[in-house]
Amino acid sequence: MTVPARVAELVRDFKANGRIVIVGASLAGLRAAEALREEGFSGPLTIIGDEPHEPYDRPPLSKQVLKGWVPADHTELPRLRELDAQWRLGVAATGLDRTAKQVLLADGERVPYDRLLIATGTRARQWPNPTEAALAGVYTLRSRDDAARLRQALAAGPSRVLVIGGGFIGCEVASVCRELDIPVTLVERGSAPLVGALGGVIGEIAAQMQRDHGVDLRCEVGVLSLEGDASGHVRRARLSDGTTVEADVVLASLGSIRNVEWLEGSGLAAGFWGVGCDAGGRAFDINGVVTDSVYVAGDVARAPHVLYEYQFLAMEHWDNAVLGAQVAAHNMVSLEPDYRPHLLLPGFWSGQFGVNIKSVGVPPFGDEIVFTQGSAKQRRFAAAYGRRGRIVAAVTFNNGKWLEYYGRMIEQSAAFPPPLPGWDRPDDMKPIAADFPEPGVPTATSDVVLTGHDPNQRTAEFRPRGR
Amino acid sequence: MRIVVDLNRCQGYAQCVFLAHEVFRLSGEETLTYDPNPDDARRLQVERAAAACPVQAILIDRLEGAQPRSVTS
Ligand SMILES: Cc1cc2nc3c(=O)[nH]c(=O)nc-3n(C[C@H](O)[C@H](O)[C@H](O)COP(=O)(O)OP(=O)(O)OC[C@H]3O[C@@H](n4cnc5c(N)ncnc54)[C@H](O)[C@@H]3O)c2cc1C
Ligand code: SF4
Repeated sequence: MTVPARVAELVRDFKANGRIVIVGASLAGLRAAEALREEGFSGPLTIIGDEPHEPYDRPPLSKQVLKGWVPADHTELPRLRELDAQWRLGVAATGLDRTAKQVLLADGERVPYDRLLIATGTRARQWPNPTEAALAGVYTLRSRDDAARLRQALAAGPSRVLVIGGGFIGCEVASVCRELDIPVTLVERGSAPLVGALGGVIGEIAAQMQRDHGVDLRCEVGVLSLEGDASGHVRRARLSDGTTVEADVVLASLGSIRNVEWLEGSGLAAGFWGVGCDAGGRAFDINGVVTDSVYVAGDVARAPHVLYEYQFLAMEHWDNAVLGAQVAAHNMVSLEPDYRPHLLLPGFWSGQFGVNIKSVGVPPFGDEIVFTQGSAKQRRFAAAYGRRGRIVAAVTFNNGKWLEYYGRMIEQSAAFPPPLPGWDRPDDMKPIAADFPEPGVPTATSDVVLTGHDPNQRTAEFRPRGR
Repeated sequence: MRIVVDLNRCQGYAQCVFLAHEVFRLSGEETLTYDPNPDDARRLQVERAAAACPVQAILIDRLEGAQPRSVTS
């Protein structure tokens, strides 16, 4: 047999008999499993997930579920094809033995693999004081059970909801509260809501939007402590400006923590910002050497991105999980000449206060912003972010149809300010400072993070919030 | 049945809302919200909506009826 023929035979054999294990049974895990079957992989496929539920979609949880339109358990993801997989739900992976090529489970079992996909995502950061966090009425929002509990609390008609943290989830929850006519206070340590993700200029617009809808918005203020009543139910919060807020429901939306603890001792480049991998989803070990049998996708992955100076990019976005999973799955059953890169232009949407906020690219990579279409006053506009004379991101408020255009400009590294698609130009088109918080300034962390060049480096400094 | 809408792709033109208004709704001017697990009785409506979506953003379960219960633990 010639060498190429032998290699082709190996790939065929792996597709028929290889053992693939996926850890994390959510969006990335499910889509990867489907893609593996689509690629012709017919060997044993095991999907391990610590939640007891079949894969469900999280974005509806802070939107239609909290509003009460859709029950939390009506969020199961569609299956796009037959899977024929062994599901191990309700059991966590607790360790990885790369020498024996086994995943260790909480129930003591060891599951052998030839190729492994890590898709363990993130979890909600809890309120840092455990006694206060344990008060009845204090919530976080990541899982469908979290959403069911918070929905129940909202349906009971609380006197006031306190949202701690003005990231996307915090803002969406505040928006739902107002739609349900529930008084709500949002406390954000940064200068404005969404400031970490979209900068101060857009944050100011988001702030005005909240105030117009009756949100009691307090920025540049921290929550010092939560206080409960005799029955252990939260009643008030003490803020850093000396004021107190009376609230019987508190949502801590303090960003997320990557689920990497189970990888301790595995020798992979796993840390605060997730598991480092190459643009094809292959995990790095702690020395920066790429592995051949371990892959990463979704919220827990961080990979170098060509458009952003090859810095490692961590994206907590829906489309990153879907497309990253498909690329990883393809590469898991392919050999080098057929490898594909996951070079997604990050994209995000959020519905709040009746406005559809969408972005493309990495806004915090930019330092300037220019309004390119529409009017900020009417909350229907497009704005582009620039860095060193090129466009790196764009955001739209109720103007989503233009996003694709800006996406193309970003992919081409077009000049900043970018050439405009023609009409609906604002009067003032002068670029101004986008006003992102300095690294290390405590605020809701952005959900797209540039984490430096080194597989284990983190350039942004984290400080615990709320203390 | 189970569906998901790729809201990055969705342009909010609301064709789906006209065709299956119990399943798809606009909240505000262009923010689409929807019921991810609508009643099976709406399958035809939802399929029509998915076919009419100009950007093919609506994904539907490929499996008819109940899901295979492959859960082993
Ligand atoms: C309330 C909310 C609203 C959102 N809204 C939007 C939005 O509007 N737009 C957008 O683009 N994105 C949004 N997102 C983000 C989006 O949901 C995520 O990007 C997506 O869920 C990532 O999928 P994933 O599979 O990588 O990770 P996850 O969905 O986090 O799944 C990881 C899974 O692995 C499991 N797991 C973890 N550790 C282990 C272990 N040791 N063993 C076994 N299993 C384990 C977890 O329990 C979980 O089930 C939202 C998220 C939330 C929570
Ligand atoms: S038809 Fe498609 S693009 Fe239009 S609102 Fe529905 S999902 Fe979005």
